[in-house]
Amino acid sequence: MDALLLEYLPILVFLAIAIVVAIVCIGGSYLVVKQKPDLEKTSAYECGFDAFEDARVKFDVRYYLVAILFIIFDLEVAFLFPWAVSFGKIGLFGFWSMVVFLGVLTIGFIYEWRKGALEWE
Amino acid sequence: MAEFFTNLLGQDLGTLVWIVLRILVIVAPLLLGVAYLTYAERKVLGAMQLRKGPNVVGPFGLTQPLADGIKLFFKETIIPTDANKFVFVLAPALTFILALVAWAVIPFFEGGALANVNVGILYLFAISSLGVYGIIMAGWASNSKYAFLGSLRSAAQMVSYEVSIGFVLVAILLCVGSLNLSDVVHAQEKSVWFIVPHLPLFIIFYVSGLAETNRLPFDLPEGESELVAGYMVEYSAMTFALFFLGEYANMILMSGMITTLFLGGWLAPFGLAAPFGLVKLWGLFWFLAKIAVMLFGFLWVRATFPRYRYDQLMRLGWKVFLPFSLFWLVLTAGVLEYTGWMRS
Repeated sequence: MDALLLEYLPILVFLAIAIVVAIVCIGGSYLVVKQKPDLEKTSAYECGFDAFEDARVKFDVRYYLVAILFIIFDLEVAFLFPWAVSFGKIGLFGFWSMVVFLGVLTIGFIYEWRKGALEWE
Repeated sequence: MAEFFTNLLGQDLGTLVWIVLRILVIVAPLLLGVAYLTYAERKVLGAMQLRKGPNVVGPFGLTQPLADGIKLFFKETIIPTDANKFVFVLAPALTFILALVAWAVIPFFEGGALANVNVGILYLFAISSLGVYGIIMAGWASNSKYAFLGSLRSAAQMVSYEVSIGFVLVAILLCVGSLNLSDVVHAQEKSVWFIVPHLPLFIIFYVSGLAETNRLPFDLPEGESELVAGYMVEYSAMTFALFFLGEYANMILMSGMITTLFLGGWLAPFGLAAPFGLVKLWGLFWFLAKIAVMLFGFLWVRATFPRYRYDQLMRLGWKVFLPFSLFWLVLTAGVLEYTGWMRS
Protein backbone atom coordinates (compact mmCIF):
# COMPACT_ATOMS: atom_id res chain seq x y z
CA MET A 1 0.00 0.00 0.00
CA ASP A 2 1.03 3.59 -0.54
CA ALA A 3 3.18 4.80 2.38
CA LEU A 4 1.26 8.08 2.59
CA LEU A 5 -2.09 6.33 2.78
CA LEU A 6 -0.71 3.85 5.28
CA GLU A 7 -0.27 6.73 7.72
CA TYR A 8 -4.04 7.19 7.66
CA LEU A 9 -4.86 3.54 8.29
CA PRO A 10 -4.65 3.87 12.10
CA ILE A 11 -7.21 6.67 11.98
CA LEU A 12 -9.60 4.43 10.08
CA VAL A 13 -9.09 1.60 12.55
CA PHE A 14 -9.49 4.05 15.42
CA LEU A 15 -12.80 5.20 13.93
CA ALA A 16 -13.99 1.61 13.69
CA ILE A 17 -13.02 0.90 17.30
CA ALA A 18 -14.70 4.09 18.53
CA ILE A 19 -17.91 3.12 16.71
CA VAL A 20 -17.81 -0.36 18.22
CA VAL A 21 -17.27 1.05 21.73
CA ALA A 22 -20.18 3.46 21.31
CA ILE A 23 -22.51 0.73 20.02
CA VAL A 24 -21.49 -1.66 22.80
CA CYS A 25 -22.13 1.02 25.43
CA ILE A 26 -25.59 2.01 24.26
CA GLY A 27 -26.65 -1.39 22.96
CA GLY A 28 -25.31 -3.26 25.97
CA SER A 29 -27.16 -1.07 28.40
CA TYR A 30 -30.32 -1.23 26.30
CA LEU A 31 -30.29 -5.02 26.13
CA VAL A 32 -29.22 -5.74 29.70
CA VAL A 33 -31.62 -3.43 31.45
CA LYS A 34 -35.35 -4.16 31.50
CA GLN A 35 -37.15 -1.44 29.52
CA LYS A 36 -40.49 -0.31 30.91
CA PRO A 37 -41.55 2.71 28.89
CA ASP A 38 -44.88 4.34 29.65
CA LEU A 39 -46.65 7.39 28.31
CA GLU A 40 -45.54 9.76 31.06
CA LYS A 41 -41.98 8.58 30.98
CA THR A 42 -41.49 8.97 27.26
CA SER A 43 -43.24 12.30 26.81
CA ALA A 44 -41.09 15.39 26.24
CA TYR A 45 -39.95 17.06 29.43
CA GLU A 46 -41.53 20.39 30.18
CA CYS A 47 -41.38 21.12 33.92
CA GLY A 48 -44.11 18.68 34.83
CA PHE A 49 -46.68 19.86 32.28
CA ASP A 50 -47.68 17.92 29.26
CA ALA A 51 -45.82 19.52 26.38
CA PHE A 52 -47.97 22.41 25.12
CA GLU A 53 -46.99 22.17 21.49
CA ASP A 54 -44.41 20.73 19.17
CA ALA A 55 -40.87 21.85 19.91
CA ARG A 56 -40.07 22.64 16.28
CA VAL A 57 -41.15 26.25 16.59
CA LYS A 58 -39.88 29.46 15.05
CA PHE A 59 -36.61 30.63 16.49
CA ASP A 60 -34.59 33.81 16.46
CA VAL A 61 -33.20 34.69 13.04
CA ARG A 62 -29.96 35.88 14.62
CA TYR A 63 -28.80 32.29 15.00
CA TYR A 64 -29.05 32.06 11.24
CA LEU A 65 -27.08 35.28 10.88
CA VAL A 66 -24.33 33.95 13.11
CA ALA A 67 -24.14 30.82 10.98
CA ILE A 68 -23.76 32.91 7.82
CA LEU A 69 -21.02 35.03 9.36
CA PHE A 70 -19.32 31.87 10.49
CA ILE A 71 -19.27 30.49 6.96
CA ILE A 72 -17.56 33.64 5.69
CA PHE A 73 -14.85 33.56 8.30
CA ASP A 74 -14.37 29.83 8.23
CA LEU A 75 -13.82 29.98 4.50
CA GLU A 76 -11.30 32.70 5.17
CA VAL A 77 -9.47 30.38 7.53
CA ALA A 78 -9.62 27.65 4.89
CA PHE A 79 -7.84 30.02 2.49
CA LEU A 80 -5.28 30.91 5.14
CA PHE A 81 -4.18 27.33 5.82
CA PRO A 82 -2.36 26.64 2.52
CA TRP A 83 -1.00 30.19 2.54
CA ALA A 84 0.49 29.70 6.00
CA VAL A 85 2.05 26.36 5.13
CA SER A 86 3.84 27.77 2.11
CA PHE A 87 4.56 31.11 3.73
CA GLY A 88 8.35 30.67 3.58
CA LYS A 89 8.32 30.07 -0.17
CA ILE A 90 5.96 32.70 -1.53
CA GLY A 91 7.93 35.77 -0.48
CA LEU A 92 6.81 39.36 -0.23
CA PHE A 93 4.26 39.09 -3.00
CA GLY A 94 2.51 36.23 -1.23
CA PHE A 95 2.51 38.14 2.03
CA TRP A 96 1.03 41.32 0.59
CA SER A 97 -1.61 39.59 -1.50
CA MET A 98 -2.93 37.91 1.63
CA VAL A 99 -2.84 41.23 3.49
CA VAL A 100 -4.98 42.75 0.73
CA PHE A 101 -7.36 39.78 0.88
CA LEU A 102 -7.68 40.10 4.65
CA GLY A 103 -8.07 43.86 4.25
CA VAL A 104 -11.09 43.38 2.01
CA LEU A 105 -12.62 40.98 4.52
CA THR A 106 -11.89 43.39 7.33
CA ILE A 107 -13.84 46.08 5.51
CA GLY A 108 -16.73 43.63 5.29
CA PHE A 109 -16.35 42.88 8.97
CA ILE A 110 -16.43 46.59 9.87
CA TYR A 111 -19.56 46.93 7.76
CA GLU A 112 -21.26 44.08 9.64
CA TRP A 113 -20.24 45.60 12.93
CA ARG A 114 -21.55 49.05 12.05
CA LYS A 115 -24.77 47.58 10.68
CA GLY A 116 -25.32 45.92 14.04
CA ALA A 117 -25.17 42.33 12.80
CA LEU A 118 -23.04 41.46 15.80
CA GLU A 119 -25.37 43.00 18.36
CA TRP A 120 -27.27 40.55 20.52
CA GLU A 121 -29.83 42.49 22.50
CA MET B 1 7.28 -4.62 18.76
CA ALA B 2 5.69 -4.08 15.35
CA GLU B 3 8.09 -6.66 13.88
CA PHE B 4 7.04 -9.21 16.48
CA PHE B 5 3.45 -9.13 15.31
CA THR B 6 4.24 -9.06 11.60
CA ASN B 7 6.53 -12.08 12.07
CA LEU B 8 3.92 -13.89 14.10
CA LEU B 9 0.80 -13.14 12.06
CA GLY B 10 2.06 -12.15 8.63
CA GLN B 11 2.40 -8.68 7.16
CA ASP B 12 -1.20 -7.41 6.92
CA LEU B 13 -2.77 -9.04 9.94
CA GLY B 14 0.27 -8.31 12.09
CA THR B 15 0.17 -4.60 11.22
CA LEU B 16 -3.53 -4.50 11.97
CA VAL B 17 -3.17 -6.19 15.35
CA TRP B 18 -0.34 -3.85 16.22
CA ILE B 19 -2.46 -0.81 15.33
CA VAL B 20 -5.41 -2.09 17.35
CA LEU B 21 -3.18 -2.64 20.36
CA ARG B 22 -1.79 0.87 20.13
CA ILE B 23 -5.31 2.29 19.89
CA LEU B 24 -6.42 0.36 22.95
CA VAL B 25 -3.41 1.70 24.82
CA ILE B 26 -4.71 5.19 24.04
CA VAL B 27 -8.44 4.58 24.53
CA ALA B 28 -8.36 2.68 27.83
CA PRO B 29 -6.26 5.25 29.76
CA LEU B 30 -8.28 8.01 28.13
CA LEU B 31 -11.58 6.65 29.41
CA LEU B 32 -10.02 6.05 32.80
CA GLY B 33 -8.71 9.61 32.69
CA VAL B 34 -12.18 10.89 31.87
CA ALA B 35 -13.64 8.97 34.80
CA TYR B 36 -11.08 10.37 37.19
CA LEU B 37 -11.42 13.84 35.72
CA THR B 38 -15.01 13.83 36.95
CA TYR B 39 -13.72 12.69 40.33
CA ALA B 40 -11.02 15.39 40.33
CA GLU B 41 -13.61 17.97 39.35
CA ARG B 42 -15.84 17.12 42.27
CA LYS B 43 -12.92 16.99 44.67
CA VAL B 44 -11.47 20.30 43.46
CA LEU B 45 -14.85 22.00 43.48
CA GLY B 46 -15.45 20.59 46.93
CA ALA B 47 -12.15 21.86 48.24
CA MET B 48 -12.74 25.30 46.74
CA GLN B 49 -16.16 25.48 48.36
CA LEU B 50 -14.92 24.11 51.70
CA ARG B 51 -16.66 20.78 51.23
CA LYS B 52 -15.17 17.32 51.12
CA GLY B 53 -16.40 16.15 47.75
CA PRO B 54 -17.00 12.43 47.17
CA ASN B 55 -15.49 10.53 50.10
CA VAL B 56 -17.79 7.62 50.83
CA VAL B 57 -17.35 5.07 48.04
CA GLY B 58 -13.94 3.49 48.53
CA PRO B 59 -10.90 5.13 50.14
CA PHE B 60 -11.12 8.90 49.62
CA GLY B 61 -14.10 8.21 47.37
CA LEU B 62 -11.74 6.85 44.74
CA THR B 63 -14.20 4.32 43.33
CA GLN B 64 -16.93 6.95 42.99
CA PRO B 65 -16.52 7.32 39.17
CA LEU B 66 -16.74 3.56 38.80
CA ALA B 67 -19.93 3.47 40.84
CA ASP B 68 -21.37 6.31 38.76
CA GLY B 69 -20.53 4.46 35.58
CA ILE B 70 -22.13 1.22 36.73
CA LYS B 71 -25.21 3.07 37.87
CA LEU B 72 -25.58 4.81 34.52
CA PHE B 73 -25.15 1.54 32.68
CA PHE B 74 -27.98 -0.11 34.58
CA LYS B 75 -30.46 2.70 34.06
CA GLU B 76 -33.32 2.47 31.61
CA THR B 77 -32.69 4.06 28.21
CA ILE B 78 -35.62 6.40 27.73
CA ILE B 79 -36.37 7.40 24.15
CA PRO B 80 -39.14 10.01 23.94
CA THR B 81 -42.12 9.09 21.75
CA ASP B 82 -41.92 12.32 19.78
CA ALA B 83 -38.21 12.00 19.13
CA ASN B 84 -36.59 11.06 15.85
CA LYS B 85 -35.33 7.84 17.33
CA PHE B 86 -32.40 7.06 15.08
CA VAL B 87 -30.91 10.56 15.22
CA PHE B 88 -31.66 10.70 18.93
CA VAL B 89 -29.43 7.69 19.59
CA LEU B 90 -26.89 8.64 16.95
CA ALA B 91 -26.15 12.06 18.48
CA PRO B 92 -24.43 10.94 21.71
CA ALA B 93 -22.60 8.20 19.84
CA LEU B 94 -21.31 10.77 17.37
CA THR B 95 -20.13 13.10 20.13
CA PHE B 96 -18.33 10.24 21.81
CA ILE B 97 -16.76 8.89 18.62
CA LEU B 98 -15.46 12.29 17.57
CA ALA B 99 -14.01 12.92 21.01
CA LEU B 100 -12.10 9.65 20.70
CA VAL B 101 -10.84 9.69 17.13
CA ALA B 102 -9.30 13.13 17.48
CA TRP B 103 -6.64 11.54 19.69
CA ALA B 104 -5.21 9.64 16.74
CA VAL B 105 -2.89 12.47 15.74
CA ILE B 106 -1.79 13.82 19.13
CA PRO B 107 1.91 13.15 19.73
CA PHE B 108 2.30 11.88 23.28
CA PHE B 109 6.07 11.80 23.11
CA GLU B 110 8.80 11.93 20.49
CA GLY B 111 7.39 9.83 17.63
CA GLY B 112 4.49 8.85 19.86
CA ALA B 113 1.55 9.79 17.68
CA LEU B 114 -0.67 6.93 16.56
CA ALA B 115 -0.92 8.40 13.06
CA ASN B 116 1.82 10.93 12.38
CA VAL B 117 -0.09 12.45 9.48
CA ASN B 118 1.02 15.60 7.69
CA VAL B 119 -2.33 17.33 8.17
CA GLY B 120 -2.52 16.93 11.95
CA ILE B 121 -3.70 20.44 12.77
CA LEU B 122 -6.24 20.41 9.96
CA TYR B 123 -7.52 17.03 11.15
CA LEU B 124 -8.00 18.29 14.70
CA PHE B 125 -9.71 21.43 13.43
CA ALA B 126 -12.03 19.36 11.27
CA ILE B 127 -12.92 16.90 14.02
CA SER B 128 -13.59 19.61 16.57
CA SER B 129 -15.78 21.40 14.01
CA LEU B 130 -17.84 18.26 13.56
CA GLY B 131 -18.50 18.22 17.29
CA VAL B 132 -21.29 20.72 16.81
CA TYR B 133 -23.30 18.13 14.84
CA GLY B 134 -23.73 15.88 17.84
CA ILE B 135 -25.28 18.73 19.78
CA ILE B 136 -27.49 20.01 16.97
CA MET B 137 -28.72 16.50 16.25
CA ALA B 138 -29.46 15.90 19.92
CA GLY B 139 -31.38 19.14 20.25
CA TRP B 140 -33.38 18.59 17.10
CA ALA B 141 -34.11 14.91 17.56
CA SER B 142 -35.23 15.28 21.18
CA ASN B 143 -38.23 17.33 20.09
CA SER B 144 -38.21 19.15 23.40
CA LYS B 145 -38.12 22.91 23.80
CA TYR B 146 -35.28 22.98 26.28
CA ALA B 147 -33.16 20.70 24.19
CA PHE B 148 -33.90 22.68 21.06
CA LEU B 149 -33.01 26.05 22.59
CA GLY B 150 -29.94 24.61 24.25
CA SER B 151 -28.63 23.13 21.03
CA LEU B 152 -29.25 26.36 19.12
CA ARG B 153 -27.32 28.33 21.68
CA SER B 154 -24.59 25.79 21.76
CA ALA B 155 -24.22 25.69 18.00
CA ALA B 156 -24.04 29.47 17.72
CA GLN B 157 -21.54 29.62 20.54
CA MET B 158 -19.25 26.88 19.26
CA VAL B 159 -19.34 28.28 15.77
CA SER B 160 -18.47 31.76 17.00
CA TYR B 161 -15.45 30.67 18.95
CA GLU B 162 -14.29 28.30 16.29
CA VAL B 163 -13.49 31.24 14.05
CA SER B 164 -10.93 32.65 16.46
CA ILE B 165 -9.58 29.16 17.10
CA GLY B 166 -9.02 28.91 13.36
CA PHE B 167 -7.06 32.16 13.28
CA VAL B 168 -4.98 31.10 16.27
CA LEU B 169 -4.13 27.82 14.53
CA VAL B 170 -3.06 29.67 11.40
CA ALA B 171 -0.83 32.01 13.41
CA ILE B 172 0.89 29.01 15.00
CA LEU B 173 1.09 27.39 11.62
CA LEU B 174 2.96 30.42 10.27
CA CYS B 175 5.69 29.91 12.85
CA VAL B 176 5.97 26.20 12.08
CA GLY B 177 5.39 25.93 8.35
CA SER B 178 3.89 22.46 8.71
CA LEU B 179 0.56 20.99 9.73
CA ASN B 180 2.23 18.00 11.35
CA LEU B 181 1.83 18.14 15.12
CA SER B 182 5.23 16.57 15.78
CA ASP B 183 6.75 19.32 13.65
CA VAL B 184 4.93 21.86 15.80
CA VAL B 185 6.68 20.50 18.86
CA HIS B 186 10.02 20.28 17.08
CA ALA B 187 9.72 23.92 16.02
CA GLN B 188 9.27 24.82 19.67
CA GLU B 189 12.30 22.73 20.55
CA LYS B 190 14.39 24.81 18.15
CA SER B 191 13.11 28.22 19.26
CA VAL B 192 10.93 28.71 22.35
CA TRP B 193 7.59 27.42 23.51
CA PHE B 194 4.99 29.36 21.58
CA ILE B 195 3.36 30.59 24.75
CA VAL B 196 6.24 33.08 25.05
CA PRO B 197 5.82 34.99 21.78
CA HIS B 198 2.11 34.20 21.49
CA LEU B 199 0.86 34.73 25.04
CA PRO B 200 -2.28 36.63 23.94
CA LEU B 201 -3.11 33.84 21.51
CA PHE B 202 -2.67 31.31 24.29
CA ILE B 203 -5.21 33.18 26.39
CA ILE B 204 -7.63 33.44 23.47
CA PHE B 205 -7.24 29.76 22.69
CA TYR B 206 -7.75 28.76 26.29
CA VAL B 207 -10.92 30.83 26.69
CA SER B 208 -12.19 29.63 23.31
CA GLY B 209 -11.48 26.12 24.49
CA LEU B 210 -13.74 26.72 27.46
CA ALA B 211 -16.44 27.96 25.11
CA GLU B 212 -15.98 25.08 22.66
CA THR B 213 -16.34 22.49 25.37
CA ASN B 214 -19.36 24.31 26.84
CA ARG B 215 -17.62 24.75 30.17
CA LEU B 216 -18.34 27.41 32.71
CA PRO B 217 -18.36 30.40 32.45
CA PHE B 218 -19.72 29.63 28.96
CA ASP B 219 -22.06 26.77 29.79
CA LEU B 220 -25.18 28.56 28.54
CA PRO B 221 -26.21 25.58 26.41
CA GLU B 222 -26.75 23.69 29.63
CA GLY B 223 -27.64 26.65 31.84
CA GLU B 224 -29.31 24.72 34.65
CA SER B 225 -31.28 27.67 35.94
CA GLU B 226 -33.10 28.26 32.66
CA LEU B 227 -32.71 25.32 30.30
CA VAL B 228 -32.43 22.55 32.90
CA ALA B 229 -29.75 20.64 31.00
CA GLY B 230 -30.04 22.09 27.51
CA TYR B 231 -29.61 19.61 24.69
CA MET B 232 -29.09 16.72 27.14
CA VAL B 233 -32.42 17.12 28.86
CA GLU B 234 -34.11 14.08 27.30
CA TYR B 235 -31.15 11.75 27.62
CA SER B 236 -30.74 9.03 30.17
CA ALA B 237 -28.56 6.02 30.94
CA MET B 238 -25.76 5.31 28.48
CA THR B 239 -26.92 7.83 25.89
CA PHE B 240 -26.40 10.49 28.54
CA ALA B 241 -23.17 8.87 29.68
CA LEU B 242 -21.72 9.03 26.17
CA PHE B 243 -22.44 12.75 25.99
CA PHE B 244 -20.81 13.13 29.35
CA LEU B 245 -17.77 11.07 28.40
CA GLY B 246 -17.49 12.91 25.11
CA GLU B 247 -17.55 16.30 26.79
CA TYR B 248 -14.88 15.39 29.28
CA ALA B 249 -12.76 13.69 26.65
CA ASN B 250 -13.07 16.90 24.66
CA MET B 251 -11.81 18.85 27.65
CA ILE B 252 -8.77 16.62 27.86
CA LEU B 253 -8.33 16.88 24.10
CA MET B 254 -8.49 20.66 24.26
CA SER B 255 -5.83 20.61 26.97
CA GLY B 256 -3.77 18.30 24.80
CA MET B 257 -4.07 20.70 21.87
CA ILE B 258 -3.06 23.65 24.04
CA THR B 259 -0.12 21.67 25.35
CA THR B 260 1.03 20.69 21.87
CA LEU B 261 0.57 24.09 20.29
CA PHE B 262 1.73 26.42 23.05
CA LEU B 263 3.47 24.51 25.82
CA GLY B 264 5.95 22.48 23.85
CA GLY B 265 4.10 19.15 23.91
CA TRP B 266 6.37 16.48 25.31
CA LEU B 267 9.38 18.82 25.82
CA ALA B 268 10.71 19.11 29.33
CA PRO B 269 11.00 22.68 30.66
CA PHE B 270 14.49 24.24 30.63
CA GLY B 271 15.70 21.32 28.54
CA LEU B 272 15.85 19.00 31.56
CA ALA B 273 17.48 15.75 30.49
CA ALA B 274 15.63 12.50 30.93
CA PRO B 275 16.81 10.46 33.92
CA PHE B 276 18.19 6.96 33.18
CA GLY B 277 17.83 7.66 29.44
CA LEU B 278 14.07 7.07 29.56
CA VAL B 279 13.44 9.65 26.86
CA LYS B 280 9.97 8.50 25.84
CA LEU B 281 8.63 8.10 29.37
CA TRP B 282 10.09 11.47 30.29
CA GLY B 283 8.34 13.04 27.31
CA LEU B 284 5.08 11.31 28.16
CA PHE B 285 5.38 12.46 31.77
CA TRP B 286 5.76 16.12 30.81
CA PHE B 287 3.00 15.92 28.24
CA LEU B 288 0.58 14.51 30.81
CA ALA B 289 1.76 16.91 33.50
CA LYS B 290 1.05 19.90 31.26
CA ILE B 291 -2.37 18.50 30.37
CA ALA B 292 -3.12 18.07 34.07
CA VAL B 293 -2.21 21.70 34.78
CA MET B 294 -4.44 22.89 31.93
CA LEU B 295 -7.31 20.72 33.17
CA PHE B 296 -6.91 22.07 36.68
CA GLY B 297 -7.34 25.49 35.12
CA PHE B 298 -10.67 24.35 33.62
CA LEU B 299 -11.87 23.25 37.06
CA TRP B 300 -10.55 26.35 38.77
CA VAL B 301 -12.38 28.58 36.30
CA ARG B 302 -15.55 26.66 36.98
CA ALA B 303 -15.25 27.25 40.71
CA THR B 304 -14.40 30.93 40.31
CA PHE B 305 -16.38 32.64 37.56
CA PRO B 306 -20.12 33.25 37.28
CA ARG B 307 -21.90 32.36 34.08
CA TYR B 308 -21.76 34.81 31.17
CA ARG B 309 -24.87 36.33 29.68
CA TYR B 310 -25.51 35.27 26.11
CA ASP B 311 -24.96 38.70 24.56
CA GLN B 312 -21.72 39.06 26.51
CA LEU B 313 -20.62 35.71 25.22
CA MET B 314 -21.29 36.63 21.62
CA ARG B 315 -19.66 40.01 22.04
CA LEU B 316 -16.52 38.47 23.46
CA GLY B 317 -16.29 36.03 20.58
CA TRP B 318 -17.07 38.31 17.66
CA LYS B 319 -15.97 41.73 18.83
CA VAL B 320 -12.91 40.97 20.93
CA PHE B 321 -11.39 37.62 20.03
CA LEU B 322 -12.03 37.66 16.30
CA PRO B 323 -10.55 41.11 15.53
CA PHE B 324 -7.68 40.56 17.89
CA SER B 325 -6.70 37.15 16.58
CA LEU B 326 -6.95 38.48 13.03
CA PHE B 327 -4.71 41.40 13.95
CA TRP B 328 -2.25 39.09 15.66
CA LEU B 329 -2.19 36.81 12.64
CA VAL B 330 -1.22 39.67 10.33
CA LEU B 331 1.29 40.92 12.88
CA THR B 332 2.90 37.48 13.12
CA ALA B 333 3.08 37.18 9.36
CA GLY B 334 4.59 40.66 9.07
CA VAL B 335 7.21 40.04 11.74
CA LEU B 336 8.15 36.71 10.17
CA GLU B 337 8.33 38.23 6.70
CA TYR B 338 10.43 41.25 7.58
CA THR B 339 12.69 40.01 10.36
CA GLY B 340 12.83 36.29 9.61
CA TRP B 341 12.49 35.68 13.34
CA MET B 342 11.60 32.13 14.42
CA ARG B 343 11.84 31.00 10.83
CA SER B 344 13.99 27.97 10.32
